[in-house]
Parts: sequence; C-alpha cells; structure tokens
Amino acid sequence: MFEPFQYDFFIRGLIAATVASGLCGFIGVYVVLRKMSYIGHGLSHAVFGGAVVSFVMDFNFYIGSTVWGFGSALLIILMTRVRKFIAADAAIGIITTSSFALGVALISHYHKFTRNFDAALFGNILGVDNTDLAAIIAVTAVTLGLVVLLYRRLLFTTFDPEVAPFFGVDTNWMDAIFALILASAIVVSLRVLGATLIAATLVIPPITARLLTDHFGRMMGLSVLIGALSGFFGIYISYYVDIASGASIVLLSAGLFTAALVYSSLRQRLTSMRRIAPTPSAAQTQHALFD
Amino acid sequence: MLHPYPHETDETGPAVQLRSVTCGYDGRPVLFDIDLTVMAGDFVGLVGPSGSGKTTLLRTILGAVDVYGGQVIVNGREIKRGAAHAGYVPQLETIDWNFPVTVEHVVRMGRASHGWTPWISRRMRDEAYAVMERLGIANLAQRHVRALSGGQQQRAFLGRALFSSPRLLLLDEPTAGVDIKTRDDVLHLLDELNHEGVTVVMTTHEINAVAAHLPWVVCVNGRIIAEGPPSDVYTPDILKRTYGAEMTVIQHEGMTLVAETPHSIGRASARHKAKAG
Repeated sequence: MFEPFQYDFFIRGLIAATVASGLCGFIGVYVVLRKMSYIGHGLSHAVFGGAVVSFVMDFNFYIGSTVWGFGSALLIILMTRVRKFIAADAAIGIITTSSFALGVALISHYHKFTRNFDAALFGNILGVDNTDLAAIIAVTAVTLGLVVLLYRRLLFTTFDPEVAPFFGVDTNWMDAIFALILASAIVVSLRVLGATLIAATLVIPPITARLLTDHFGRMMGLSVLIGALSGFFGIYISYYVDIASGASIVLLSAGLFTAALVYSSLRQRLTSMRRIAPTPSAAQTQHALFD
Repeated sequence: MLHPYPHETDETGPAVQLRSVTCGYDGRPVLFDIDLTVMAGDFVGLVGPSGSGKTTLLRTILGAVDVYGGQVIVNGREIKRGAAHAGYVPQLETIDWNFPVTVEHVVRMGRASHGWTPWISRRMRDEAYAVMERLGIANLAQRHVRALSGGQQQRAFLGRALFSSPRLLLLDEPTAGVDIKTRDDVLHLLDELNHEGVTVVMTTHEINAVAAHLPWVVCVNGRIIAEGPPSDVYTPDILKRTYGAEMTVIQHEGMTLVAETPHSIGRASARHKAKAG
C-alpha cells in the first residue's frame, strides 16, 4: 500500500496532482458559473501554442505560456462583453484554436524540435520536477490570496456582471485578474494533467459540487475537496493500474460526478414526494411567507 | 396618489439632469435629444411601449449607455461612460436563477466593494439583516433565491440596492410579473423610502395599476413625449403619441384611468350578427 511512497518522483507527482487538481476545482467554480466551461479546454490548447512560441523564442516556458494564456483569456472575455452577439463558446473557439494552430504551424516549420510536447498534451507525472512543483504551489498560494481579497467582488462579477459596476465593483479589473489566475493555473497544471484533460478538472469538480449544494461558499469548498481527492487517488490508482495519470484523475472525478448525480436525483425525488403530502408546519411556513 | 408633494424643488437641487442627451448602443441612437430633470426626493415613473427606451433611459442615468451628445449629470457630477453609483434593481428576467446564492448573499452584494475580506463586519451584517427585516425577508435569508416567490425575489434585489444606502434608487419594471398584493406592497415600500428622502425612478408597463398612482410620470418613446402628474399627461393625444394607439381617458374617484379604445377582434359569428340586428 505504501510501496509507491518510496519513490521521490511519485511523492512529487502526488503532491503536484493533488494541489493542481484542487486549484483547478477552486477556479473551476468561477469558470462554470460564468458559463465558460469550454474555456478550460480552449485555453489549455492556447497555452500549448504559447509554450511552442516560448520554446522557439528561447523564452521561459512558465512566463511565456502564462502571458500567452492571459492574453487569450482576456481577448475571449473582452470579445463576449463588447460584442454581445458573440457567445462565449464562439469566442473561445475562435481565439484558442487560432492560438493552437499557431503552435502547430511553428512545430511544422521548425523541424529541429527535440523537446517532447506529448507531455504538454497528455500530462506526464514522471516529468514533474521541483521547479514544476514550486510553480504549482506558488500559483495556488497567489490564487488563494487574490480570491480571498476579492471574494465578494468576484462573486458579484460572476453573478451579475452587468449590474456589479453600479455598486462600485470594477468588473474590468475582476475580469483581468480572473483571466490571469486562470491562465496561470492552466500553465502550471499542464505538465501533470495535460492540455487535453485539463478542461475536465476545471469543470467536473465544480459541477459535482453544484449538484450537492445551493451555497456558493460550500460549492467552492466541495469543489476543491473533490478536485484534490481526485488528484490524490487518481495518481495513486494510476501507479497500480498503469494508466496515464491525467486519465486516471479525470475518470475518478467523473465517477464522483456520477455518484453525486444519482444522490441529488434521489434527494430531489424524495423532496417532491414530501411536497405532495404537506405537513402542517410547511403549510404554516408558507402562510407566514405571504403574510 | 402616493406622494403628496410631487416634483418639488428643495435645497439639495436636482438628483438627475439630462441635457439634450442622445444615446444608445454600438453607434445606434435609441433616445434622442432627452431633456429631463429629476429633483432630489422625486418619485418618477417612466412609461412607454416596449422598445421605447425606458430601460435605456435608466441605464443612461447609470452611465451604462453610449452618450453621443448632451450631458448626463447625477448628483451634481457629470457621468461619462462608466458606472454612476446608485441603487439599481434590474429586471428579474435578467437574473441567473440557478446561481448558488442565498437571499443573504444577494443583499450583501450591495456592499461588495466595501472592504477586502470574504466576510463582512458584524455591524454591516446587522445592517443587512435590518434591511431584510424591513423588507420582510429576514426569515428567508438562507433560502436559495430560486426558491422564492416573485414578490420575495423582487424584495431580495431591492434589499441589495437598499443595502448600498443609495440616495437615488433606479428600478426596472419592479412590479412586472407579481400579483396585485405584492405590487401594492412594493409600491408602498418605495413610497416609504421616498418619504425618507430617497429619489426613486422606475420604469413600468402598467399605466393604470402603477403609473397612475405616481406623482410624476414621464412618457417615453425614443424621445420624451410629455411629463407631469398623471392627470396632466394622461390625455388621448399624449398617449397616442407615446403608444401609437387610440386610448380613452376616464376620470374616476379622483383618479385618471386609461382604457384602450374598444375594437373588435376576429370575425363576428352569424349568431352575434343576428343578435346585434
């Protein structure tokens, strides 16, 4: 049971996957509630383009990819805000695929690539080094700090972006900070989860949490927990079953989603059955509400 | 009539002044050459048909619309593109009812820009509860907003606006889709706030049930057609210019009421024709 813990690479991978999946679950709440679920998928591809550009220009991968992803996220948000007839999914499709296409074009032009980009696409837990781990922890700490500071402003901007400015919330700044957080999280999670699977870790934990609660704060806590648990046990299971770590994490969170879906459906059915036979206290409450 | 002293000037001056304002969206003007003054302490209803620019007029006061000409002055300050701070209650149909927020969350958003912690101070929390108590929704504080009746939802969003302690309250169709009792409650609540010194500007489709009770009505249809007490502006001529339809005006127990001019719809059956003959 404790056999894999004797390997440094496994411990590093386990911590990286747990923290990165928890981080994605955390940010994913805003992603899902902004109805931009597809942005994780799109941005991870856009960041892939940025990674290639950074490599070609001999620039630091983390900085180059984050700037690239941040720019793409900002463009998507701006496009949907300024031109309201362009829906979020269309804006994501246009900007991120263009960015990805640029990466592919550069790869096909410069045949001298020796770096393996498979890891960026599908995730490779063996490739996680101390720098990657430090980047994941640093981004998580900064994200936590920013979200704590801006919690009420971000909540209002996510809930009612049209009205929030009338109450003194600078939604442009909130959008910019959200784009930066999202891009950074995707860049640091890329090595563990891979561009193709990262979207799932941004979407599945928050949606699962949403099935279990109607409370924003609780949704956030549950989403982090589901993400982190999926990351931890996903890596652990992948060691024994010998499957890709990203796939293992996503399959585990999909399993948790299914369980939550069944539970919430049963709960809903039970509630509606109780409503058919109202109790005196329920009737009194209803009467009091309309008094 | 709810307000005893409509459109009176006091020492605080105008709350809102629009001077020859032409405004709209994406380069397309929706309102033309608007001159409007709302005095501090006024209670004003904006009426007009769908698409006449009532909501745009509210949003112009909030600085959320492109102004192509003229000046918008709110509380003595010229408003450029960007946000003016005012209590605003949007149309409920624009709300995402699946968003995981409780009534208390919504009300607290009224001071989202105050402080840098996820929680609010004990004093602010008490104030939020006082607002909810006043609106009769304190017992629903932990309910999800979707689980409320239309009137309660309206109160929750009114609570958000009131929690920001506004001197100017702008409401977009606050009585749309609610029953008569709730409509009456909302109007009396707004009247109370108005008597406490809050300037209220609201849009409404209901020219008899709502606007006829207000002290000051502004008829809008791309331009300001007329403004004044309902008894002055509810005339067949002004209503025709506002709504583009013939309307009959009736005086009843001191109230001015508007009725559509009767017209037949559909083909009269042979039986009806025989009866008429």
